Amino acid sequence: MLGQQILSGLATGSLYALTAIAVVVVFRNTRTINLAQGDFAMIGAFLGIIFLKDWGLNYFAMLLLVVASCMFLGAFVERVIMRPVADSDWLTLFTTTIGVYYILHGFAGWIWGRDTKAFPVSFDPTPVELFGALVSKGHLYNMGIALLIGGVLWWFFTKTKQGIAMRAVTDDPETAHLMGIPVKFIVTLTWCMAGAIAGFIGVLMAPIIYVSPEMMDEILIKGYVAAVFGGLYSFRGAVIGALMIGVAENLAGGYLGSHYKTSVAFIMIVVLLAFRPQGLMGIQQRREI
Amino acid sequence: MSSLQVENLKANYGPITALKDVSIEVPQKSIVALLGANGAGKSTTLKCISGVVKPAGGSIQWDGAAITGETPNAVTRKGIAQVPEGRRIFKDLSVTDNLEMGAYTRSDRAQIEKDLDDIFDLFPRLKERHSQLGGSLSGGEQQMLAIGRGLMAAPRLLMLDEPSLGLAPIVVSQIFETLQRLVAERELTILLVEQNMKMALKVSSFGYVMQLGKVMISGSSDELEENKEVYETYLGIA
Repeated sequence: MLGQQILSGLATGSLYALTAIAVVVVFRNTRTINLAQGDFAMIGAFLGIIFLKDWGLNYFAMLLLVVASCMFLGAFVERVIMRPVADSDWLTLFTTTIGVYYILHGFAGWIWGRDTKAFPVSFDPTPVELFGALVSKGHLYNMGIALLIGGVLWWFFTKTKQGIAMRAVTDDPETAHLMGIPVKFIVTLTWCMAGAIAGFIGVLMAPIIYVSPEMMDEILIKGYVAAVFGGLYSFRGAVIGALMIGVAENLAGGYLGSHYKTSVAFIMIVVLLAFRPQGLMGIQQRREI
Repeated sequence: MSSLQVENLKANYGPITALKDVSIEVPQKSIVALLGANGAGKSTTLKCISGVVKPAGGSIQWDGAAITGETPNAVTRKGIAQVPEGRRIFKDLSVTDNLEMGAYTRSDRAQIEKDLDDIFDLFPRLKERHSQLGGSLSGGEQQMLAIGRGLMAAPRLLMLDEPSLGLAPIVVSQIFETLQRLVAERELTILLVEQNMKMALKVSSFGYVMQLGKVMISGSSDELEENKEVYETYLGIA
């Protein structure tokens, strides 16, 4: 029973982890806490329904197209909305993303309605045995995809020129600019990446929580909490934070009752920040935000 | 013929005038020193050349063509690299990745690998520490890394901004010896900004002394070394 709770906690946690990574990716290079991150995934989920139902695409073509569309959405938001205010302080940037959040919510509600829609692909609850515990195929699939995305991101950030350049821009944008690194292009790239990750999250979450303009609100908050947990700069910290939240809320749900689930994430962050204001892996006062 | 000619360069930071009138010439395969007290406009001159600061007037010629106001990306591609003041190593990147970023504008992979080995031969300490994070290096090692990163752009003109700042004298002489060797052995020209005037005049062949955004005195380094006015008036050394 305990093993089972932990495993399905890790499965949910891995989706929070993807959200947290996307939050960290954007924050590191733009000092922007992107409240609209969840909405990229929400738009992706709605598009997924269209691609499957109206266009009759198969699952993988749909996934690919959703990811590409969300990537484009990320780039669009950066170029059109965020770039003009890019030099402002963090509060202005954050407030602008609140605007994007409401615009995307409103847009989705206007086009697709406010009702919750079922996703044409359903979550596969068939149990599979793993390390002596039972876990559903759907959870296993989500964990696998999350792990795969994590691996690709690790490869990108450590082995590719653009990935290393992205980290260089995080470290010191002025010097990166001096080396000839096109800093603005790199910033667009980070929003593309946040969009692409959101595309995956949208398609993976939709079968579990169904599709509505508000579908991602709670997940975004948890992903954000996980990102803060890790110190907002650290991918590793964000992933650890997300998995801990996933497991903790699942244990709380299993042993205390399901209405305690959400509070657990927040109790954890309050306790952590009380003792470690810089987060789990944060480097204190990286730069003034 | 790769030489640099800066003529009547002007630059502002908002309402503040940083450069009023700067004209300098850097002939190929030479070391030219740009001297002056804090705030004289030395760094701004380098930043105008590398494209980080857009000049408000004047012209910059490189290889006989104007590069005035071009982006750092374009300037780097044309063979000019700047080693910034304070070293500005990427702290969270490994030594090797720092060097790779110096070669960002290049795509000749095989030659980049060769140049990387070359830098490691030049600075064996960097080779020992190639996988360490830039931020974990000592000041002297960071300066070597900053110079190595500049060289990874395969420049024909390397501009160094205060390379001796905060380093022990022995490390400073090592670094300057290396620079002199580089100029002697390859197609490299150096424009050196320094407050350590003695050292700068020792390694350079020609010098310019700046004050308040203007070039006030210029001459061969031997001449400048003898010139008391340089010390007293412009560098504030009695």
